[in-house]
Amino acid sequence: MSRDTLKRDFRDKVAIVGVGTTDFGAMYRDLDPQRSNYQLGLTAFKAAIEDCGLTRDDIDGIFTSRVPDTVRMSEILGIRHPRFSSTLPGGGRYSGLGVQYAAMAVYSGMADTVALIYGNNGRSVGAKYGGDGEGGGPESNSADFDVPYGMTSPGAQYGLMYRRHQALYGTPAEALGHLAINNRNNAMKNPISVMKNPLSMEDYLNTRFIAEPLRLLDYCLINDGAVCIIVTSAERARDLKQPPIYISATQSTSDFTAQYLSDNFYYDSLSSMAPDLFGAAGIDRKDIDFAQIYDNFTPTVLFSLEGLGFCGKGESGSWVTPERISLTGELPLNTSGGHTSESYMQGWAMHVEAVRQLRGECGDRQVANAEFGLYSCTSPVSAAHILRR
Amino acid sequence: MTNDAPYKRPLPDLERKLTQPYWEATKRHELVIQQCDACQHLWFPPSFCCPNCLGEAISWKPVSGRAKIWSWIDMWQMYFRGFADERPYLVAYVELEEGPRLMANLVDIDEERTGLTCDMPLEIVFDDVTPEVTLPRFRPIR
Repeated sequence: MSRDTLKRDFRDKVAIVGVGTTDFGAMYRDLDPQRSNYQLGLTAFKAAIEDCGLTRDDIDGIFTSRVPDTVRMSEILGIRHPRFSSTLPGGGRYSGLGVQYAAMAVYSGMADTVALIYGNNGRSVGAKYGGDGEGGGPESNSADFDVPYGMTSPGAQYGLMYRRHQALYGTPAEALGHLAINNRNNAMKNPISVMKNPLSMEDYLNTRFIAEPLRLLDYCLINDGAVCIIVTSAERARDLKQPPIYISATQSTSDFTAQYLSDNFYYDSLSSMAPDLFGAAGIDRKDIDFAQIYDNFTPTVLFSLEGLGFCGKGESGSWVTPERISLTGELPLNTSGGHTSESYMQGWAMHVEAVRQLRGECGDRQVANAEFGLYSCTSPVSAAHILRR
Repeated sequence: MTNDAPYKRPLPDLERKLTQPYWEATKRHELVIQQCDACQHLWFPPSFCCPNCLGEAISWKPVSGRAKIWSWIDMWQMYFRGFADERPYLVAYVELEEGPRLMANLVDIDEERTGLTCDMPLEIVFDDVTPEVTLPRFRPIR
């Protein structure tokens, strides 16, 4: 069978049937240095199986990320003999990839129902991204060739890309402000978000720089929390408590170089993936009702929109107007508040938000009549799904 | 570094065999990067084979030290204590005339960053930061 045939056959055969999260806002103000990623994972797992009406004994596949060891998590949950299991690395790219692995396991019959469990106690234990210890070890080119210059952190790599994007295309500073403000506006309508105070463009432009041209408000939060997602076949999904949210298409792509940054803003990798993704779902970009776009740093959204073809190369800076990206706009973006205002659950909570939007559970921030939603994460490994109700 | 204060910033690992020729060269105030003996491809950072043809016969080729800015940031955040007194500091991703790119600090640029632009031509300067380590940095060709 050709790749196209396979991907058409996969369409809507696997569904997300249960989701669970912690209350990110409540936990942000309640730090606990003893907070365990396993205990966080347990909380989200119970919420997710309750959500779909399954029991622990229905779970025969398990993946964890940032919960350090799937064996320990399974032992805690009393899942003795899962048919398919693995520990994923803790990076944000593994949320989209984890859902892909679960979907492949279900589609191939290797597991019937897979739980994906993510727990992050980063704020309580003082997690840092960059600085001493980053990228160390005897094989580290970064430690030898970047760190002696004070170069560190994924955000600084995004700062370099964004500066270059501005130089090539005249991208205005306000473009990132629109994204940060849109996130905040949405987070203010999200009961479990971390950041709920209003944000103006003036506030944004007055925020301190971290790696100029990027400001503090261009950076993701660091907060504690957990997410669990339950994936099963469309057939089994029909009898469960919630309406199934189908995975219409999913695809990943890569751009592997010596640096985290991509000299084409990931355009080459994303634009090669996009036809596969939309083709496999049998829809066009205009059919997408909202997009949850991984925003570890706000420029990631711009690069993703260009690479996925929502706007032309270099045009994202003027494309992301408040009207277009708001909840009532042409392409509502990051409807939960994204990583800069809802939570930084490294893409996992964005999946949950997509599911809740497609179920119509989002109250004040509900996108009207949402039928198709996009999740995408752009990084050296990018992944994207089209989900539908 | 002309003052006598001990150097407190992170330093490269000089014991790493793969990268030793690079640091031996910078100490001589020479910039060298790896070149494939078979296909003449040049690359950075150092590796075990040519990423173009997978050839493992590799030489270290002296390069001109002329370059241009791909992009730069002003780092305000204090990630390393050794940089506390010089924030914001300039880090650039620099494209060598010969093609490969590397990170480095920019020097001889004023606090207003006057004239700093992407693709600005640069030349290398060698900074003997300790008796053992020399770091390449870059300055504008004016």
